[in-house]
Amino acid sequence: MTNYIGKAVKRVEDKRFLTGKGRYTDDIVLPGMLYAYIVRSPYAHAKINNIDTSRAENMDGVVKIYTGKDIAESGINGIPTGWQVNFKNGDTMKEPPHPLLVADKARYMGDGVAVVIAESREEARDAADEIDIDWEELPAVANAKKATEDGAPLVHDEAPNNKCFDWELGNPKEEVDKAMKQAHHITTLEFTNQRVIPNAMETRAAIGQYEEATGKYTLYTTSQNPHLTRLLLCAFVLGIPEHRVRVVAPDVGGGFGSKIFHYAEEALMIWCSERLKRPVKWTSDRSEAFMTDAHGRDHISKAEMGFDKEGNVLALRVKTHANLGAYLSTFAPCVPTWLHGTLLQGLYVTPKINVDVTGVFTNTVMVDAYRGAGRPEATYLLERLMDTAALEMDMDPAELRLKNFIPPFDGVEQPGYQTQVALQYDSGNYHAVLKRALEMVGYEKFRKEQAQARKEGKLLGIGFSTYIEACGIAPSAVVGALGARAGLYEVGQVRVQPTGKVSVFTGAHSHGQGHETTFAQVVADRLGIPLDDVEIIHGDSDSVAFGMGTYGSRSLAVGGSAIVKSLDKIIEKGAKIAAHKLEAAEEDLEFAEGKWTVKGTDKSIAFGDVALTAYVPHDYPEGVEPGMDFSSFYDPANFTYPYGAHVAIVEVDKDTGYTKLKRFIAVDDVGNVINPMIVDGQIHGGLAQGIGQALFEGAMYDEDAQLINGSYMDYTMPRADDLPSFEIDRTVTPCPHNPLGVKGAGEAGCIGSTPAVVNAVMDALRPFGIKKDLEMPLTPERVWRHMQG
Amino acid sequence: MPTKITMTVNGQSVTKDVDARTLLVHFLRDNLQLTGTHVGCDTSNCGACTILVDGHAVKSCTMLAVQADGSEVTTIEGLSQNGEMHPLQEGFREEHGLQCGFCTPGMIMAAVDLLDRNPDPSEQEIREGLEGNFCRCTGYHNIVRSIQYAAKKINEPKKAVAS
Repeated sequence: MTNYIGKAVKRVEDKRFLTGKGRYTDDIVLPGMLYAYIVRSPYAHAKINNIDTSRAENMDGVVKIYTGKDIAESGINGIPTGWQVNFKNGDTMKEPPHPLLVADKARYMGDGVAVVIAESREEARDAADEIDIDWEELPAVANAKKATEDGAPLVHDEAPNNKCFDWELGNPKEEVDKAMKQAHHITTLEFTNQRVIPNAMETRAAIGQYEEATGKYTLYTTSQNPHLTRLLLCAFVLGIPEHRVRVVAPDVGGGFGSKIFHYAEEALMIWCSERLKRPVKWTSDRSEAFMTDAHGRDHISKAEMGFDKEGNVLALRVKTHANLGAYLSTFAPCVPTWLHGTLLQGLYVTPKINVDVTGVFTNTVMVDAYRGAGRPEATYLLERLMDTAALEMDMDPAELRLKNFIPPFDGVEQPGYQTQVALQYDSGNYHAVLKRALEMVGYEKFRKEQAQARKEGKLLGIGFSTYIEACGIAPSAVVGALGARAGLYEVGQVRVQPTGKVSVFTGAHSHGQGHETTFAQVVADRLGIPLDDVEIIHGDSDSVAFGMGTYGSRSLAVGGSAIVKSLDKIIEKGAKIAAHKLEAAEEDLEFAEGKWTVKGTDKSIAFGDVALTAYVPHDYPEGVEPGMDFSSFYDPANFTYPYGAHVAIVEVDKDTGYTKLKRFIAVDDVGNVINPMIVDGQIHGGLAQGIGQALFEGAMYDEDAQLINGSYMDYTMPRADDLPSFEIDRTVTPCPHNPLGVKGAGEAGCIGSTPAVVNAVMDALRPFGIKKDLEMPLTPERVWRHMQG
Repeated sequence: MPTKITMTVNGQSVTKDVDARTLLVHFLRDNLQLTGTHVGCDTSNCGACTILVDGHAVKSCTMLAVQADGSEVTTIEGLSQNGEMHPLQEGFREEHGLQCGFCTPGMIMAAVDLLDRNPDPSEQEIREGLEGNFCRCTGYHNIVRSIQYAAKKINEPKKAVAS
């Protein structure tokens, strides 16, 4: 039995994790290894007048201390960004330098100032305490909108009003204004999509290893994309020779976007190792992670949606201030623009849309992609508007959506749907997901229960959210035109070994997604061989030719497709060898169940025999090269567009404001599914993070831009008893433009769930008749105050 | 000043010199190379470092190595018996209770203690029992299923004997 596609195959990677044999970066100990501790700014904005390391240098175990001055004097470049978004007037985006350690001033609380390298972790930390820094504190700003006001503290002198770029997409403003004037009703919301902290359970870590004898560099790092990290390290930051640099991202304990980016510590460890000729390890502690991992979201938006008398959407107008933090992280400029503005069509036929975004520097840690990246922000905005509009126009929120949905199209018989905001959706039946969700909820029955509950004084609420996302990132030519400084294809190499076993090398990186299983299912299914005969290798630039890594729900749609391309080449070559061995014409052969058969006969040759022939080519077709090893680059024709409908049911406690999430229903369409168990798991995890943002999570900065909830004592993450069991289902509308028909499932849960929960709470609070909106997270205190008016 | 300590770890007696300030989790990871026990925070909130000390779940970052002198310690590496996975390990695999695997050892060790105290927990009891352990990947949905699977597997032979 080699039919694996669509089967809930148990994960092949589980055994090592379940027995404590996973190998994460911090588990690696190299001979002669030193330990680094990074001294960080306690202030959000402060000049460094002097650093005195003399006392620390003489402490036990201390090998060396470097400061920002040493970095500056070595002449190396800072951390680059991978995306350029210019000003509307054509001026180039502001791109201030981002040094590995700062020499002049710190621009956020956590900015690296010095690194202590010692024989042990404890000695490095002890010495760090003895470094004296003469700080001169400066005024700081954390709020993106306030940062653009005249007189606000300047994060970088070269960026007036702290503006990095301003950007606009969609229909001309005048057209949208005109459509708004014709509207029967306009729903307006002003809100903050609050900053959240990714919190992968494994903190970041990096080991730099320079070997003098060979001139080779190795970086072990907690990365979602080791090859891109290598490229940035070599071509932009350190100028070291790429062919002598190996980047390994071994087992990685979750990423959620925060480990996509090339961080200063990675380059710093290589730099230190080269100088000290010994491996150097840095492992972030959790407090440091809160302060230095790139955060997500942080948009301040005003959104207006105009409707005609029947509830048809006429226009959407959006103005957003997007917080980028103190420096530009790898994908930062792209997230609030091309991953946010482009999704504002949502699932609706809205004829006129204009979105205007200002990217802003503040004295906060960098903001970049966090699970969903821009798409949750777009979805939150649209879906809050929809439920609010339904309430204001006294319409049913589900009906209002169904009325405005784009009609079904498969992208094959019917063309893709061209939006007003640059994208062309691939395929979808949006009515189907919402209808299925309503069925699962038992909508009519629920509304009756709700009416009864309200009579009894109970605050029961239901909230909807329907979303679309652009995944399978991304066609290189398209993103290149939009400012990307890299291609976004993927690489898949399939090496058939002489014995017919198969090694697959993928540029995608698994940090929980289960690629070792899903990709193996694709390979085993196509080649008709047992799953156990396939090994998926990833995360090591010395093994895998190249890769663009895992983010944007792209691994299977792009990385899987690259593997399929190589499998096609294997099967094509195998057919030539099989034809020779069977003394038949190639066109008379068919390949199925792991063998080539002469059609209409029982003459066949097995895949393993063909593989052996390819490596022992004694009796071999003329003009065919020995061996069976193919590599392919797959550059997608379009993004993929998963979508879905989420429904939350909550009960709010009248006395305490506590929100109990009673049910959560999610119907998602992620295209074809290779492993339903893994896809369900991805949805579950995404839901928890989206619900977390709605109810619990949010980075808090005080007026001095101090992060005041940077620990698990203060930052609320969802725990097991905060969540219900999820009720999930899916529809399947295949992606028409990739060979697997898959769309991606990693971010869906996180994109749809947040507004559903907030809408549900607002619905529960409806008896209070309060029009004012609630800001996330919906803590009991906020909800209670809201109820008090 | 290093202190000599002796404890039984996964059935084997170990004696080592450690600094008095060494946390038990660092002792296991750095001195015994038992890297299956993870460090996920610095405030004892995440539970990634949960192990069993004298049969009870303990966050090994809240305990000094010297405090475990004379104790019997079980880590995730010691949970399988004769190459057979523990029902919880099996449950996590069968019910897809793990993704990135980082919280998994701590989660499983906490669940061992949970099932010891309450062999047949309800869903709510499981969720409350896991309050000390964060998972960022699974939304806990399948972790609950994994523990239910293990409870059933552990209880079935007992029920068969009882009947």
